[in-house]
Amino acid sequence: MSSIISISGLTKTYADGLVALSGIDLEIRRGEIFALLGPNGAGKTTLINIVCGIVNPSSGTVVAGGYNVITQSRQARFNIGLVPQELATDWYESVWGSVSFSRGLFGRPANPALVEDVLKRFHLWEKRDAKIMTLSGGMKRRVMIAKALAHEPTILFLDEPTASVDVELRRELWAEVRGLRESGVTIILTTHYIEEAEEMADRIGVINKGTMVVVDDKIALMKKLGGKHLTLHLQQSLAAIPSALADWPLSLGAGGHQLIYSFDSDGADTGIDRLLHRLTELKIAYRDLHTSQRSLEDIFVDLISERKGRGP
Amino acid sequence: MTAPTINHFAIWAIYKAEMARFARSSIQSILSPVVSTSLYFIVFGTAIGSRMASIEGVAYGAFIVPGLMMLMLLVESLSNASFGMLMHKFSGTIYELMSAPVSHVEMVASFVGAAVTKSMILAALVLATSAFLVPLEIRHPVWMIGFLLLTSVTFCLFGFILGVWAKSWEQLWIIPGLIVTPLTFLGGAFYSIDMLPPAWQTIAMFNPVVYLISGFRWSFYGTADVAIEVSLAAVFAILVVCFAIVAWIFKTGYRLKN
Ligand SMILES: Nc1ncnc2c1ncn2[C@@H]1O[C@H](COP(=O)(O)OP(=O)(O)O)[C@@H](O)[C@H]1O
Ligand SMILES: [Mg+2]
Repeated sequence: MSSIISISGLTKTYADGLVALSGIDLEIRRGEIFALLGPNGAGKTTLINIVCGIVNPSSGTVVAGGYNVITQSRQARFNIGLVPQELATDWYESVWGSVSFSRGLFGRPANPALVEDVLKRFHLWEKRDAKIMTLSGGMKRRVMIAKALAHEPTILFLDEPTASVDVELRRELWAEVRGLRESGVTIILTTHYIEEAEEMADRIGVINKGTMVVVDDKIALMKKLGGKHLTLHLQQSLAAIPSALADWPLSLGAGGHQLIYSFDSDGADTGIDRLLHRLTELKIAYRDLHTSQRSLEDIFVDLISERKGRGP
Repeated sequence: MTAPTINHFAIWAIYKAEMARFARSSIQSILSPVVSTSLYFIVFGTAIGSRMASIEGVAYGAFIVPGLMMLMLLVESLSNASFGMLMHKFSGTIYELMSAPVSHVEMVASFVGAAVTKSMILAALVLATSAFLVPLEIRHPVWMIGFLLLTSVTFCLFGFILGVWAKSWEQLWIIPGLIVTPLTFLGGAFYSIDMLPPAWQTIAMFNPVVYLISGFRWSFYGTADVAIEVSLAAVFAILVVCFAIVAWIFKTGYRLKN
């Protein structure tokens, strides 16, 4: 499988001494949608900004599309598009002017038909002559996406694309991303939502505290990460798990007021049925129940302890 | 796809965007320097100048034209070239410039090119206005334009540095307002350095603007405080220093990259 981006030994220590990345090795495959999943402050933006040339790395190399992003920056950047995390637009420029500007900036000849197409795809066509500062936040986000696509990049970075985005744009964006992938564009997106990574990505890389914890195919990884909790709010608190339930993966929460059952949501039989049945038999009554995805933090704890468990 | 050897599309895109910015604020950015410089001509040239003796054979009203043009040119070059860069930093759109396949030389050329264009338009307008108000004579027109252009390029480059350095709009005004304008007033915009007491003449020689005004005035009237070669050398020296600073900024990413 050919890599379109190769990152090796990448580190970044900011001027204030903060270590944002400590030794990242990562291969992004040509034509895939890759999700970089990690909590806030994990180093996702730093990693993307280094590939795009906005942040200088402290050490390590990045090759994008066959070109070193530092020593062959012009060639490397020529085929990269970036939608940054923060909303940043030219206040006084028109939508049309700003998107056309981006195309020129990235070394492409003017192409009004293409700009028109991009604007129409993102419902910006009616607003093409509006000054960007008069647009709503969601529309500004659309402008930024259109700007990143104006030069027809073959590698597209989306940094937290759905943060503060309405449902409609989110849906459109995902449809667009899938369309781009069909046309051969490689897409790297960051998110701190497991569901989002699961919905979109072919492969997922989990990053935490500047280290890649795991990189795997989505399906394989979701098996590993896809656990869920069933929480039962008990009518009477329990001091300990009754011995009759010792075989079940159960734990107590909220001082014995909650009984928490961990299960695999991908499995054919979640066991919920049998558990509830058993509780009725044991006359353990509950007021309410709900299921939830395990938090990213839980998963990190698992993944990291698993790695440690494997030894050096 | 492979990138062009010279990204002329980007140079043109930035140049056009900068010129559009000037055009959007044409009232403040064109009218105000022309009006204020013209007021100087009226007050100093026509009203007070009529009671002043001519300097080195040049009527006082005409004598101050090169200095005032220089003052306008320096301040406008600095502010126009710095504004665009600070605006990008301020609004966050700098991310796009920093991630684009644009070399440092291309970026400087486009920002500075646009600012120089605007400065030269303003200089032409001020010159045309002054021709109505005072008796003008231009002995060395080619030198005059060359000197104007060279000074404009130098100070637009200086302005670009200022734009990269500044973190606020106030800081943007420190150099033009607090340093360049006083140095221009002290640098012989309104008088010949010869008219100063000897000690002050020596001090004046440390003021780089003296060389700019003197050289520029020479292109008009053939009289100068210092030799034209010295003036030229001084402009080139400032130009080289500015180039060196710009090169250093891009090499280190100073205030552009983390
Ligand atoms: N310019 C900067 N200077 C200093 N520290 C920074 C800077 N940018 C980010 N950081 C720090 O680096 C770490 C990683 O940040 P970031 O890459 O933005 O993470 P993420 O995008 O995953 O939320 C954080 O601790 C953040 O505070
Ligand atoms: Mg981030």
